[in-house]
This record gives sequence, C-alpha cells and structure tokens, in this order.
Amino acid sequence: MDLFEYQGKQYFARYGIPVSPGDVADTVDGAVAAAEQAGYPVVVKAQVQVGGRGKAGGIKLADNADEVRHHAGNILGMDIKGHTVKRVWVEHASDIAKEYYASFTLDRAAKQHLLMLSAEGGVEIEQVAKDNPDAIVMLHIDPVDGLSLAAATQAATDARIDAEAIGGVADMLVKLYGCFTKGDCDLAEINPLILRPDGGVHALDAKVSLDNNAAFRHPEWDEFRATEELDEREQLARTHDLQYIGLDGTVGIIANGAGLAMSTLDVVNQVGGKAANFLDIGGGANADMMAAALGVINFDENVKSIFINIFGGITRGEEVAKGIVEAMGRVDLRAPIVIRLDGTNAEQGRQILADAGIPADKLISKPTMLEAAKTAVAIANGH
Amino acid sequence: MAIFVNADTKVLVQGLTGGQGKYHGLRNRAYGTQVVAGVTPGKGGSDVTADDGGAIPVFDTVADAVAATGATASFIAVPPKAAPAAILEAAAAGIGFIVCITEGIPAQDEAKVYNTLVRDYPNTRLLGPNCPGIISPGKCNIGITAGEIAQPPTAGGPNVGIVSRSGTLTYQALYELKQRGIGVSTCVGIGGDPVPGTNFIDCLGEFQADPETHAIIMIGEIGGSAEEEAAEFITANVTKPMSAYIAGVTAPEGKKMGHAGAITSGGKGTAKGKMDALAAAGVKVGLNPTEAGDLMAEIVASL
Repeated sequence: MDLFEYQGKQYFARYGIPVSPGDVADTVDGAVAAAEQAGYPVVVKAQVQVGGRGKAGGIKLADNADEVRHHAGNILGMDIKGHTVKRVWVEHASDIAKEYYASFTLDRAAKQHLLMLSAEGGVEIEQVAKDNPDAIVMLHIDPVDGLSLAAATQAATDARIDAEAIGGVADMLVKLYGCFTKGDCDLAEINPLILRPDGGVHALDAKVSLDNNAAFRHPEWDEFRATEELDEREQLARTHDLQYIGLDGTVGIIANGAGLAMSTLDVVNQVGGKAANFLDIGGGANADMMAAALGVINFDENVKSIFINIFGGITRGEEVAKGIVEAMGRVDLRAPIVIRLDGTNAEQGRQILADAGIPADKLISKPTMLEAAKTAVAIANGH
Repeated sequence: MAIFVNADTKVLVQGLTGGQGKYHGLRNRAYGTQVVAGVTPGKGGSDVTADDGGAIPVFDTVADAVAATGATASFIAVPPKAAPAAILEAAAAGIGFIVCITEGIPAQDEAKVYNTLVRDYPNTRLLGPNCPGIISPGKCNIGITAGEIAQPPTAGGPNVGIVSRSGTLTYQALYELKQRGIGVSTCVGIGGDPVPGTNFIDCLGEFQADPETHAIIMIGEIGGSAEEEAAEFITANVTKPMSAYIAGVTAPEGKKMGHAGAITSGGKGTAKGKMDALAAAGVKVGLNPTEAGDLMAEIVASL
C-alpha cells in the first residue's frame, strides 16, 4: 500500500523523524486553518500518488491567508496525470541550504536491506543514478544486525554530505531505518532530506510503501486504508478479501494462484482478447469465495465473458464447481462462463457442473487453457 | 536420483493438527512419503490418524520429534505470524530441509529468517515460504502438489526437472509433461515471495548435477531479477537443454500481481526482459505454459 505524502510524514513522525509542521486539508477553509497553525510562509502541496506535482502546478508557496485560499482553491479538484487532488498538505515553508536523498528498500537479489544515500537530492534519483552514479552511496545492511549509528555516519561521510549535517543525517538514517523495519515498509524514501541554514535537518517529502503482509501487526494502518485510491470494483473485492486488480478489457478472469492468474491474462491477450481484471481466488478457495469472485466480476459492466481457470492443488475441483453452481443461483450473471478445471478432484468438479442443469450457453467447459481462452475471447469479441 | 528429497526422506509436519497441515500432511503420507511425526506445541503425546488407520505421533517441539523419529525434513503449514519462529525452530533442531507453504509472511521477517539461516544454520535449506513444495514423483511429496498429476521418471530417461516460482503454474507444468508421457525427476516450487530460501540457481545447479535429470523446465514471473541471474548461471554452468515460461507479460506496471514478489517498477523486472535474458542463454522460451511444454516435448524427442 502506497501512502500519500502527508500520511508518510505522519508515519515518519511516529518514528522520530523530523518533518515540517503542517496539516492536511480537504477544503479551502481547512487549508487556511492549517496555514495559520503552521505559520507563514507556507507551502500548499497537492496530495496525489504521482510524480511531477510541482510542474503541474500542484505545489505553491503562500505568504498569507488570501494566497492560501487562492492556491488551495486551484489545487483541490485539480487533475494531475489522471489523479484528482482530494487533499492538500499545508506546511511551514522551510529555508533550504542543501537537498539530499535517502531511502531504504529490500534488495531482493542480495537478500539484504539497501540504503541509498546521496548529497544530490531534490531531483529524481533515477536521473542521478544515470548521470552521476558515483554520487550515490549504496550500503547493504544485514537485517539481523541492523544499521548502527557508526555505519550511518560512515555512509553520510562517504556520500560527501556537508560536514555540519553529518551528525543530523546519520541520526535521521538510523530513525528512518527503524521506520523501514519496525514500520514494515517496502520503501521508505526522503527526497529531499534538507539541511537548513540553521544547521538542522528534516524530511521535506515522504514516500512510503507498506508491506500488506504485515498489516496484522499494524492496527494504525486502518486509517491509511480508508483513503487508499481503489476503483469501485477493487473496493468490492477487498470486502471479500479477494486479490483483485481492475483492468480495462472485456474478459473477466478468475484463476487460482497468482502465477496462473497472470498466465491467464497473458493467454487471453495472446489470442486477441483483453482481460477486464486480475483475480486470484487463492489457494484455499471454497464455494463462498467463488460466489464472491463472480459477484465482483459481474459488477464490471465491461465484462462480456468470464474465464474461470482452475488448476487444483489446495483448491479442490468439487469445491470450485459447487461455488460456481451456488453463485449462478445467487447472482444473475450477465456474461457466460467459460471454465477450464483440472488438478485435484477435477473430475468430480466437472461432474457436478454437468449435473447442475445449467444451460449450455451459460457455462462452457473446455479441456485446455488455450481452448478456453479462445472461446472466452470469441464471446467477448462478439463472434 | 532426485534432488533435495528421495524415498528415504523422513518428514515431520509443523502444524499437523491444523486444517491445512492435516489435509496435506495426510495426502503426502497417502502418496507414499514417510510422514513420521507432527509438531504442535501443547499437543505432544497425541496422535493424528491417517486414512489407512495408521497413527502419526504429535510432539510439542521439533527437537522432540527429531529425537524420537529421526526426521530429516520439515513441512511447515502454520499461519504467517508463527511461521518465522517455526522455521528457526526446525533449523535449530537440526532439520536439513524445510518446506514452508505459508503465504503472507511480512517481508521484514522473511529477510531476517533468511539471513539467520545463512549465518547460523548453513546446513539447512529452506524451500519457500509461499511455495507449493517439492515432489520427486514416486518417491516423496512434501507440500500441496496433487501427486497424481506428476509422471514418475523412467529408468533410462529422458526425464525433466521442473523449477517454478508459481504454485499453480508448477502443477500446469507437471500436467503438460504428463499429457505427453514425459517423466519428471523432481519438481521444485520455490515460491513467489521477495526473499525465497531456495532460488532458481540453487535448483539449476542440483539438476545439472543430477544424473536422472536430462532437461529442465523453468517457470518464472515478473518482479525482481532472479530469472536474469538464472540466465547468467545457465550460460556459465548448465549444459542440459531447457525450456521456460515467464508469467506476467500483460501485467500493469507497479501493481503487485497477487504474489508479494510479482511487481515491476521503473521498467525493471518485466517479463520481456526476463524472456530475452533466458533466450540469450540458449533457453527455449514459450509464450504460454502449453508452449513451454511443447518446446520441452521437442527437446525430449531430440535426446
């Protein structure tokens, strides 16, 4: 789950990382109130999860309430690369002497944590990596040992951080690492991390991505979930705990296992169709899960055919078949189902489907993935 | 021969008294796997009854189970909160091969467990987490694979080794080979998480050394760089012919496609890049699982 900047800053603050004083607002009056609280001059920043906010006019400086009113009025509701701005973050404008970059991620190849630190912040780090790779210090950290203040200080020195900022930056790295590990982040990034003329350092931006697998030990994430930008289909899927990603095609997809679901999308594409979604009903799918999955697919008006691709491991064929029969009784499906069922107890499953008395134009069974894909695509394309 | 497991492998199941552990543990036993013990804290001294009436003893700790039964492998089927400790308990008890099917373990925990194993238990191999397990057809099945879809190897071969990041695509590969009557030496599901205990290279090295394996199918997916690293390894070390399939050609950028590790970002980890790398290493790359199976059938026919 990706956080908005304001949420990232609130999350940073939990772990002792200094950020500019400010608040979030979803109205012009709220923005003015936040500005009065933070103290002028302030920066009004659009809260969207996409880069290039500044260039799009989504970040503005304001010296008084009238200017805040003017800018917040323009920015709220603005469209930035397809994202509508619903909130602004208003914070006290900082004096900037220097801009640095710092981030922690998991390096999957090295199977260790990776610190990236650069004295050249405030620009896209990918650009720095391309133009001047020596300006980025990369430090691998053994997750068992963690990051010591000494190692953080050495990294800051190696990155040629200004002498007066090394102490502050090292302290911040240790805190950011704490946020990354204890806070279960996939990514914790500060760009820019600023040095002020008074010698202090703090985070001027926050990019945080959380590991959904760790949600069970973070009840505080609930408020982040409430603002997550999902389309209606994705919200409905979430209420049923389904792994669903909305796409823009016409073939609804249900598969068991992420790999098979991805593969199903690929095969549909290969035979000339487009998937309406990715949906993994998971390893232990039962009748209720299948009924819920069909409900979500049926909600998508673009869907012209539904391709159910099941290969049984944990998932048992007869459970899947029962689920389909039950769902077809519960939901008035607008599109026909093409099913390919194989693996554990697949024959029992096929028998259940055959015995259910479902009309042949509503439920079509095909022996292979490719044949099922061709049939589903032909129906979706109106052939 | 087979890799990692064989007919002599004695398996204990951590979580044998739970729903998943019992269902699959007993299925593994019914397949012929030596499932010798269960481990559930607080339930030591009880039994789990198999379909044939046999009783599998349950112990409080892995150490107790190992001492009583001589188990050398563990099948872990416990929830995500408990799985990291279960893995480390098995390693500390001297288990050499651990299969963890648990899905949903936080990445931070996984990274810690992996590096702890590397440092403190170098003789323990972890397969998974979030994997379907391993099957050496006719000999040993640990995990959730439906054993009947796996074709046992023939004495003279040619037989195929399978290594895959995805569970259901692993079954698909087994099925494609069975349809064509091609025997499988061992099929390893390494799992779809960001920090797998066993990677493609580990398996490719074992298959290359295994006299019973004559060709290899590899199934990857988007995200990370494991397939690209495997391609480098293949170029340098693998002489056996290979076919491959990579899932996620049509996956949108920046979305986790079900598996925690299946995500492309900044143009990295794409299916295209992985397919190109493997093709450059001499691997025949199919555009779907069936095509990878067809390519393998051609390879086998030519051996």
